[in-house]
Amino acid sequence: MSNYIKLIALGLITLFAMIATNYARDLAYQVHAIIVMLVAGGLFLYTLRHTDEPVAATGSLQREYFDSVVRYGVIATAFWGVVGFLVGVYIAFQLAFPVLNFDWAQGFANFGRLRPLHTSAVIFAFGGNALLATSFYVVQRTSAARLWGGNLAWFVFWGYQLFIVLAATGYLLGGTQSKEYAEPEWYVDLWLTVVWVAYLAVFLGTVIKRKEPHIYVANWFYLAFIVTVAMLHVVNNLTIPVSIWGSKSVIVWAGVQDAMVQWWYGHNAVGFFLTAGFLGMMYYFVPKQAERPVFSYKLSIIHFWALIFLYIWAGPHHLHYTALPDWASTLGMVFSIVLWMPSWGGMINGLMTLSGAWDKLRTDPVIRMMVISIGFYGMSTFEGPMMSIRAVNSLSHYTDWTIGHVHSGALGWNGMITFGALYFLVPVLWKRERLYSLSLVSWHFWLATIGIILYAASMWVTGIMEGLMWREVDANGFLVNSFADTVAAKFPMYVVRALGGVMFLAGALIMCYNLWMTVRRAPAKEASLTVAVPAE
Amino acid sequence: MDIYSLLRQFADSWMLLFLFMFFMGIVVWAFRPGSTKVYKDTANIPFRHEDKPAPEMGKAEEARS
Repeated sequence: MSNYIKLIALGLITLFAMIATNYARDLAYQVHAIIVMLVAGGLFLYTLRHTDEPVAATGSLQREYFDSVVRYGVIATAFWGVVGFLVGVYIAFQLAFPVLNFDWAQGFANFGRLRPLHTSAVIFAFGGNALLATSFYVVQRTSAARLWGGNLAWFVFWGYQLFIVLAATGYLLGGTQSKEYAEPEWYVDLWLTVVWVAYLAVFLGTVIKRKEPHIYVANWFYLAFIVTVAMLHVVNNLTIPVSIWGSKSVIVWAGVQDAMVQWWYGHNAVGFFLTAGFLGMMYYFVPKQAERPVFSYKLSIIHFWALIFLYIWAGPHHLHYTALPDWASTLGMVFSIVLWMPSWGGMINGLMTLSGAWDKLRTDPVIRMMVISIGFYGMSTFEGPMMSIRAVNSLSHYTDWTIGHVHSGALGWNGMITFGALYFLVPVLWKRERLYSLSLVSWHFWLATIGIILYAASMWVTGIMEGLMWREVDANGFLVNSFADTVAAKFPMYVVRALGGVMFLAGALIMCYNLWMTVRRAPAKEASLTVAVPAE
Repeated sequence: MDIYSLLRQFADSWMLLFLFMFFMGIVVWAFRPGSTKVYKDTANIPFRHEDKPAPEMGKAEEARS
């Protein structure tokens, strides 16, 4: 019966997409309509071929974890990671050598089009898939229950991939609402909302049917991430489409309110997507890899509530010296500085989990990766509050210092903890005894670490230099430097930054090779995957 | 009074007090007597049920070590 409803819905969507392709007012919308038409049409045929087939009994599945979707999530994380890093390296070279903005690719592959592709690919495709995969893995293990909702988890996974493809192609074709980290246009936003509600249902359903009396702290962080991102996404994307046949839409907020909503969203994308969600990872994978429980569970509870209560107010520090009232930006600044405490409390909790097992740092490159990620977390959560102070911000804002700060957080904290989680997950999910090669993990570790250091150090130098050059005045009060002077002065640092990116990318490629060979070559555990898990 | 001023006044008085008390309540609650024992068990959740969900119905309690 449900298949008939599905067929009707898919048929209608396909038909609508065909009409939309015909009436499309702009290229991005037209391409998206074609993608939707192909996906919905393909699903229609697939469902049709499986309608009225006998359904395999699913009762025994309740005694197994739902890991196939986690395996797909791990693969997607590695894949989008490499794509995002590659685009990042390319645009870094575009900044150093503008000739790479080829004439024939103008309007598609110039810096302005590729830059949102890079940020969204690393944050939402790489980071998002990492969160999806690890949250599904962790919530099952810590609830001692199979994922709720059956195939709904597959809908979440594939729906999210469709969102990524629509967002990425939209950026290249010019379908953007020009809000940082919230570039996708209205219909892509609506689709993400549907997927996200399904994600919340799967996660919360699993927590509700848990067999453990307590909800483990990692799940609190994951849940905060899911709920808050839903709220941020909806409020920041309240737009009215100009036409149902076009991608252009107009936001309901005006002027400084729009700016404030955007940075309320933007900073909490950092605070809840890239921090709360990844802290969920930290609270599960660091204890697992160190083989000892978290340092202080009490601290983790206080860490959670303090982080949640403070982060949501920090957004206005992106709007110092703008039309935003002073009291609002002061509020954001104060909360950003107070935020230093829960951030460092969490860092101490993560690091001290290793107390009594520090020798593992020497022998286990995976735990080394997790520890350096927590180190970078501490460093960038110190740097961030400092940059949010109005006086510091007057120097740092609009310079490359900001970009350096973002990357020490994103590459160092998010990247490294994700790599650590992937190195933990692949042998477990594919039932291997160990990783293919620990020395390759070490190679990855050092390439990535040196890459980040080159990146952050060159951006500090160029950012501060740029800020000082902009404010330099001569004896008569005239500005000394033109904008082009600063651009010329930044060239060597841009090359160093791009080389740091190349090293980070090389490390990620080594990881992909290592994980691939782990699945192919590493010795299997006794109960082989194909025997133990029934087909899903 | 217009709605902005009303909300603003509510936010920086009663709501501020409520959120602050809520937060302090959590801190006190985390350190309540007997919490150390409970949290010791909770902190060990990741080390149980690694391969399979807990068995159905009533058996869950015995299965936990």
